[in-house]
Amino acid sequence: MAEFQTPDILMSPRIKKLIDNLFEKMPEIESDRAVLLTESYMQTEGQPIVRRRALAFKHILENIPITIRDNELIVGSATKAPRGCQVFPEYSYEWLEAELDTISTRIADPFYISEENKQILRKIYPYWKGKTTSELASSYMAPETLKAIEHNIFTPGNYFYNGIGHFTVNYGKILKIGYKGLIEEAQAELNSCNVYDPDYPKKSEFLNAVIISANAAITYARRYAQLALEMGKKEKDTKRREELFIIAQNCAKVPENPAETFMEACQTFWFIQMLLQVESSGHSISPGRFDQYMYPYYKADIEKGTITREFAQELIDCIWVKLNDLNKARDAASAEGFAGYSLFQNLCAGGQTKEGRDATNELSYMCIQASMHTQLPAPSFSVRIWNGTPNEFMLRCAELTRTGVGLPAYYNDEVIIPALMSRGIKLEEAREYNIIGCVEPQVPAKTDGWHDAAFFNMCRPLELVFSNGYDKGELISIQTGKIEDMKTFDEFFEAYKKQMKYNIQLLVNADNAIDYAHRERCPLPFQSSMIEDCIKRGKTIQEGGAVYNFTGPQGFGIANMTDALIAVKKLVFEEKLLTLSEYKKALDENFGHGMTAKEATKATQKVVADLVSKGKNVSEAQIEDIFKMFIDGIATEEEKAKYNKLLDKIHSLPKYGNDIPEIDYFARDVGNIYTKELEKYRNPRGGIFQAGLYPVSANVPLGEQTGATPDGRLANTPVADGVGPCSGSDVCGPTSAANSVAKLDHEIASNGTLYNQKFHPSALSGLTGLSDFAAYIRAFFDQKGMHMQFNVVSRETLLDAQKHPENYKNLVVRVAGYSALFTTLSKSLQDDIINRTEQAFNR
Amino acid sequence: MQEYLDTRGRIFDIQKYSIHDGPGIRTIVFLKGCAFRCRWCCNPESQSFKIEHMMFGGKDKVVGKDVTVREVIEDVLKDMPYYVRSGGGMTLSGGESLLQPEFATALLRAAHEYGINTAIETTGFAPFETIEKYLENLDYVLMDIKHMNEEKHKEFCGQSNKLVLENAKKIKDWGANLTIRVPVIPGFNNTKEEISDIAVFAKSLGVKHLHLLPYHRMGEDKYAGLGRDYMLKGIKPMTNEYMQGLYEAAYKIFGDGCQIGG
Repeated sequence: MAEFQTPDILMSPRIKKLIDNLFEKMPEIESDRAVLLTESYMQTEGQPIVRRRALAFKHILENIPITIRDNELIVGSATKAPRGCQVFPEYSYEWLEAELDTISTRIADPFYISEENKQILRKIYPYWKGKTTSELASSYMAPETLKAIEHNIFTPGNYFYNGIGHFTVNYGKILKIGYKGLIEEAQAELNSCNVYDPDYPKKSEFLNAVIISANAAITYARRYAQLALEMGKKEKDTKRREELFIIAQNCAKVPENPAETFMEACQTFWFIQMLLQVESSGHSISPGRFDQYMYPYYKADIEKGTITREFAQELIDCIWVKLNDLNKARDAASAEGFAGYSLFQNLCAGGQTKEGRDATNELSYMCIQASMHTQLPAPSFSVRIWNGTPNEFMLRCAELTRTGVGLPAYYNDEVIIPALMSRGIKLEEAREYNIIGCVEPQVPAKTDGWHDAAFFNMCRPLELVFSNGYDKGELISIQTGKIEDMKTFDEFFEAYKKQMKYNIQLLVNADNAIDYAHRERCPLPFQSSMIEDCIKRGKTIQEGGAVYNFTGPQGFGIANMTDALIAVKKLVFEEKLLTLSEYKKALDENFGHGMTAKEATKATQKVVADLVSKGKNVSEAQIEDIFKMFIDGIATEEEKAKYNKLLDKIHSLPKYGNDIPEIDYFARDVGNIYTKELEKYRNPRGGIFQAGLYPVSANVPLGEQTGATPDGRLANTPVADGVGPCSGSDVCGPTSAANSVAKLDHEIASNGTLYNQKFHPSALSGLTGLSDFAAYIRAFFDQKGMHMQFNVVSRETLLDAQKHPENYKNLVVRVAGYSALFTTLSKSLQDDIINRTEQAFNR
Repeated sequence: MQEYLDTRGRIFDIQKYSIHDGPGIRTIVFLKGCAFRCRWCCNPESQSFKIEHMMFGGKDKVVGKDVTVREVIEDVLKDMPYYVRSGGGMTLSGGESLLQPEFATALLRAAHEYGINTAIETTGFAPFETIEKYLENLDYVLMDIKHMNEEKHKEFCGQSNKLVLENAKKIKDWGANLTIRVPVIPGFNNTKEEISDIAVFAKSLGVKHLHLLPYHRMGEDKYAGLGRDYMLKGIKPMTNEYMQGLYEAAYKIFGDGCQIGG
């Protein structure tokens, strides 16, 4: 093939202006929502919670300040400031209260907050004491669960500090019938109920809440219509004035009424997407198959000749920019795990129709084009690939990948559809899946999947095997026996499985406690109104109103555990080079190494503070000496030499990621220890647990809380990323690494797996380069790989960006299931990305 | 029947996911030993047939390994899905694979029996009767023409180019799918005249492809690792603009099918 078959569409100058405006300032926290919410809650004390939620939503939408930004065609902003965020005290407030003075200077995702807003928030926070989901969730958790969380075996923190999110609503339905139609549907359902029905009190309350919420959305849009009209009347520039009048017309009509033009459809889409994020603070509220539900409106306009391709593209680009206007402040610890201001609004193109034919259409290509134009982290753009995906589509995707923006992420229909079906989903529905958040597949508009329900660090249970259940001097898990008594590898491996099982059960307890807390404190009628079968069932999705219900916490550390268990097996039980006790000692002593710079800094600060508190003077030189001692460790030269020899030996062992079947199938077993155990458990919404295998970016902060592991990984350093090999241990090139990853059981990890690859741009040069790259993905998928995503940027570029962040403000890299601006990431996460093996192939 | 799979040979590396050495995604098998001693050679550890030691990243590394065709082909087969999707396959490189005819031809035969397409990167420096045995199981021949001047060729590569030029013609006439590749080396052949001379020769052969491969320094550290002097020390890679000038000179003569890079 000599050239692309699909045409390029030039970017409208408007888009650059919108982007520049968006990124002008540091994101800002605003207090309006929190204030209005609190006002409403104070007035509705004692009423049913679902009604209180709807009334609060109404109160917010009637009164929250609204703004139309310069040059916008699609309007609706949750905050006055670009990329600002509102606050959600009903989920948690303590962390923000504690961090109000530091949030603007923290490393990961800083937010500006005015002194005035700080005061306002401090004033309303006392009201929330004892009323939040986070407080209720903690009080529901078993003591041993709280202990496991405290010791970082797993971390569900994000989801009781925040809303749960992780869903795709029925955008297509609202486009078609408008909120007016939805209200009629709820009213009809209400009319069909009898007051003597056993569930009438609850159901009628819910349906009324739906009606209140939908009406609130209509009111909110009308406020924009009014604002646009006023602005239009004052506008001097005739072209902009005309635009504002069109905006006014659109907002007066939709989302109340069915959309009739592509532009109206875009405006409806945006109101839905934005309002969902005013109702709750859940992230990963994912637009899903935009190219499918928007297509009829595009096609009709094109056929009528009422829209040009160029203008349609401009509107899509506007939406892409708007998706970056939404933001969320997380607590400092979570911010490291989800670094990059990301909301994980995953938008999908391509794949199959429900009939099983190719679904790629003109809009699918225009979605790629929009990401090419905007080069922004949002939306998290995903493409579905199946055996019938057109080559042209693959090449266009590869072309986008080549820009280095980290998009799109590639998903394999041929694995995901059977994976979903194995969870009881019908074939036709499975074919319509989309991706949520990072990498999680689900059936849109029918599922409450609570994907990403916690991070489970698979390395920690192995530490508990070595310590017989103790951590930091405290018994926190079951006792699986002294390692001195373990005579075979099987005994040792069995102990690991037991530690895994026990802690998985605690994880289930934690998630179910959180589940109940959301049901009781934060049911979401607006969201629920757009997910089947909530209206018929008369329940919010938090109460099990959705057709499909899952809880999907993800395990990570497969690569480390594979290499670690193999090392123990070979060195202790086969070669008898050292005993388990000696191995334990090596781990406890971090293989004779000192601390990481970050840990050493912390430890030094502690020692210095200690000395100072005892009234001692500490000189700069002394501080340096203390720091150096922590960095170097306390091992003698002799011990160090011994440990280095051991490390050399460990590093020479065969490793996961090099296409060695024996190792890779063992990795599959290790993965299954997590996935197969987890699927035995149920959640309160009537669904099951299903595993994901990916750490988002938590492999870095959670790695910092993990001691040395037998694979030679030093204490407090990152755990392996995604389902990929340990950093630097895949030495046989990208095909071998991919072959290893493909041997895991991806189908059982129906909550998603994540495989990051980093390529040098030269790998994708010319159409031949793109073709080979596309073939590489296809071949990985032929072998049942599930997901693949790429960073295409040279190591030198990243290093330079670390040194001169000011020159790289727009440098987007693939972090985990999403892309983020490189310069906004913490230093350690930056280092991790730089160190992922760069798959170049020039000798 | 399958005895040829037990044929032994000496290799020093197998490299997966190579995309510049023949079509598609390929696996390159590097055979040890070469008759040339090109000064710019980026694989100096490939030249001697002997198994040797090289310091690599501060560690002692053994270069060279005796293997059977079976062992190699099993490894090559692991990437079959990538060959199928990309039209790729196996490429023999070196060193010079023409120096291990029994092993190399058995390897090519094995690849074909498993449905893997084959390519060779070669100096073409061997009796044509030997080369002919390779051609039966070769889909692509990538052959270097380094210089048209015999003296200069001798000086920089250690051998005359006479046999090379004869073989190029014979390989083409045999009906092989031949690509001519030119490593463009500053101070050796990087003038428009020298490149044009090669283009004239390539054109006269009637081949479809002429690739100009710009000099790079990636092999430099290996010389130190082997305790050898790097004779091109201090030579800088050419700028893109300079290469473009050479390309234009070659294009004037050769026409379409001429490109920079493999």
